[in-house]
Amino acid sequence: MSRPLEHDYIGLSEVSSMESSEKISSASSTVSTEEEKSNALNLKETELRLGLPGSESPERKSGAGVGVSLLGRTVEDKNGYSLGVLKNFVSGAKRGFSDAIDVSGKWVFSGNGGSEVDMGKGAVLFSPRGVNGVKSLGVLENANQQPGSAAPALKDVVPPSPKPVQDKKPQMPAANDHVAPAAKAQVVGWPPIRSFRKNTMAVNPAKNNDDDEGKSGSACLYVKVSMDGAPYLRKVDLKTYGSYKELSAALEKMFSCFTIGQCGSHGVPGRDGLSESRLMDLLHGSEYVLTYEDKDGDWMLVGDVPWEMFTDSCRRLRIMKGSEAIGLAPRAMEKCKNRN
Amino acid sequence: MASKRQKDSPEEEKKQASSFPDEVLECVLGFVKSHRDRSSVSLVCKDWYNAERWSRTHVFIGNCYSVSPEILVRRFPNIRSVTLKGKPRFSDFNLVPLNWGADIHAWLVVFASAYSFLEELRLKRMTITDESLEFLAKSFPNFKALSLVSCDGFSTDGLKAIVAHCNYRNLTELDILENGIDDLGGSWLSCFPENFTSLEVLNFASLNSEVNFDALERLVARCKSLKVLKVNKNVTLEQLQRLLVHTSQLTELGTGSFSQELTLREYSELESAFSNCKNLYTLSGLSEATSLYLPALYPACVNLTFLNLSDAALQSAELAKLLPHCPHLRRLWVLDTVEDKGLEAVGSSCPLLEELRVFPAEPFEQDVVIGGVTESGFVAVSQGCRKLHYVLYFCRRMTNSAVAAVVKNCPDFTHFRLCIMNPWEPDYLTKEPMDEAFGVVVKTCTKLQRLAVSGLLTDLTFEYIGKYAKNLETLSVAFAGSSDRGMQCVLAGCPKLRKLEIRDCPFGNAALLSGLERYESMRSLWMSACHVTMNGCRLLAREMPRLNVEVIKEDGSDDTHAEKVYVYRSVAGPRRDAPPFVLTL
Repeated sequence: MSRPLEHDYIGLSEVSSMESSEKISSASSTVSTEEEKSNALNLKETELRLGLPGSESPERKSGAGVGVSLLGRTVEDKNGYSLGVLKNFVSGAKRGFSDAIDVSGKWVFSGNGGSEVDMGKGAVLFSPRGVNGVKSLGVLENANQQPGSAAPALKDVVPPSPKPVQDKKPQMPAANDHVAPAAKAQVVGWPPIRSFRKNTMAVNPAKNNDDDEGKSGSACLYVKVSMDGAPYLRKVDLKTYGSYKELSAALEKMFSCFTIGQCGSHGVPGRDGLSESRLMDLLHGSEYVLTYEDKDGDWMLVGDVPWEMFTDSCRRLRIMKGSEAIGLAPRAMEKCKNRN
Repeated sequence: MASKRQKDSPEEEKKQASSFPDEVLECVLGFVKSHRDRSSVSLVCKDWYNAERWSRTHVFIGNCYSVSPEILVRRFPNIRSVTLKGKPRFSDFNLVPLNWGADIHAWLVVFASAYSFLEELRLKRMTITDESLEFLAKSFPNFKALSLVSCDGFSTDGLKAIVAHCNYRNLTELDILENGIDDLGGSWLSCFPENFTSLEVLNFASLNSEVNFDALERLVARCKSLKVLKVNKNVTLEQLQRLLVHTSQLTELGTGSFSQELTLREYSELESAFSNCKNLYTLSGLSEATSLYLPALYPACVNLTFLNLSDAALQSAELAKLLPHCPHLRRLWVLDTVEDKGLEAVGSSCPLLEELRVFPAEPFEQDVVIGGVTESGFVAVSQGCRKLHYVLYFCRRMTNSAVAAVVKNCPDFTHFRLCIMNPWEPDYLTKEPMDEAFGVVVKTCTKLQRLAVSGLLTDLTFEYIGKYAKNLETLSVAFAGSSDRGMQCVLAGCPKLRKLEIRDCPFGNAALLSGLERYESMRSLWMSACHVTMNGCRLLAREMPRLNVEVIKEDGSDDTHAEKVYVYRSVAGPRRDAPPFVLTL
């Protein structure tokens, strides 16, 4: 395969802002790329080519997950920039990522892409659009260093702050319309799942899933709910409940498959009419407690504060095994009795 | 009624006198059902072409823009049943903008005059408005069956029009399977006239709103021929039980929500209702099913061949308990909540299994997800289900050796769709590309018709495909390949390729143009987020005038890059209804 062309790009001055704005699971990709100077690709340079002159680096919402995720959800078309970021991320400067494809360390060079036919316009391939592609380079660098963590590494890379590109026509679609979305830039249409199927797993199928997590707003308030021992997380919209009772009934419904599994499944309800929720039973039995993480990152027992205050401050829910919430368990039981 | 054709000229008559009378030939050809066979028949000679076109009653059009309604009705005068597919498949994943096209109305207008006896209309990925639905209902007195899969543009008001205006003696099928409609409420169901009894198929599982249950119950009770009933999530278990009392002849059932709290008596009523459903071949729905009520189902599973659990987040234990009750299972769709352990149960309980689809419960979940299925579940299934020939498998990790083991156990794959959900994900253990996995698939599975690749892939994968996949008809590629060579290998090496869809790959103009000779024998090519430029597309359009080369322009993208390219053969010429963002070159 032919060697990749050297990218004739701008320099490195934006590194610091990129580093400060990134939260990466492993060693910073910039650090690692700096160490990879031997790599013919000079990832450093390519990482900086994101964005048009004057566009801001993406803002970060506190607490939200960071970075470009290739496991993204489908993004509405109206969110033009994220589409653009995403497309660019994935598609731009294919040479960038394709150059980095062989993660085992042997860099596979993509050659000259497909642009022999149209070299004049082929320059488009090296345009700033390609900058996004570099994210993946950085990411794949990480993957190279930590085998097996490709997925988390991928998701933690954030589009670097933009650099003006003087030599090429700006390729970034809609970049100057508005700032890139914080949390996760998402790949449109990937994984290839129909949206109705996505909605199936949501608590309220009519609402869509692409709200930022934990973001409080008047529209909806999605928080993740995890349960110890359950294989996957769920999401609930706290705005759809008016009280703790409603919330716990909904959670019980959602997670009852796990709790009932715990109780032993005979398949037939034990009495005529299940008057008490199973979760309540289990809470009584101090098997599980419902806790939440508040704005400050502290884990609190659900039920201590008035409902409105709770929805304002709740970031995540966790159904915790009673044995793990040692100091909290007795109070949880009391709370349950009070709630009933 | 059916048109009669004119007598041919005297010379022709003389010729025909020495061969089969037309009527006999047409009668014989009436037994030829498959479209491909009919196409072959029509190529034999002019007589056979004519006999075929007069005797054809069902037409299938895989790309609505490949032919125009006028051309269609001119060739086939006696059509009773039309199947039409519209948008490119990637529109399912939001890659095609709204209002792209594929509107059925122009077709309906032509059909109303040429096929007034039309009975069936099946649409996939087309746009149909409420007005069109009403037009449909009023224009075809014999209309029997409407099936809409992945369509958009209409609301439940349009369904009301169908239900209310259709000749009550005739409507047998109403099959709505999509996600793009405005659900304005369930009152359409109440619009079936009280003397309406002919319904055989009713599927409204994907509609979200409540329906009037009493109306539904009465409808189900009086339609004694009802064979297929798929209700939506708003129908409760208790309501389902009431419906099942009337429907012991059902062959396909889609339940509503499966998680109501039932009393003991209600539960045993449900159980006995299911016991009466001994004719069920297909079962789906079961949303929010819990282990509490699943056992009520067991008696109904005895003859099941298709179990669709893709709405039911079952755990491995629940699946393991359910499967032994389905000894004849051939097709199984599950969510990855069943995990590898659940798939082991599939391997051990379903020896007749031919098709498995594993969907991700949280496909868009950003954080690391615990659970899901891995390469070991895949291998476990293959060990027990040697007849497996169709797989759709969503996972977050895979290895080359696992895939090799799978195809060694099941060499008869016709459809192999593996989706490793992280783009460019290498072999989980060796960190190498997944080239060898797909290499062994195409080498071993000589009958392979459909392939979807994923994971970290270089051009080598495509070299393998071009070299070995000689029966391949459909190929889906995303985030793969290293250079033009990949796509070139496929286009040069796969003679039966009909549909090629590519996204986010480093294939450019050289690759696109290497297929110049191929595209006319294919249904379509889709390339998005690749390296193709407008000039490359223009060149293709210039060289191949019988292809429609369309570029979908995105807002703000530059003018030289061709972001989304859709190429297809057509005898109808360029689209006349293209929206401004679709450029035909």
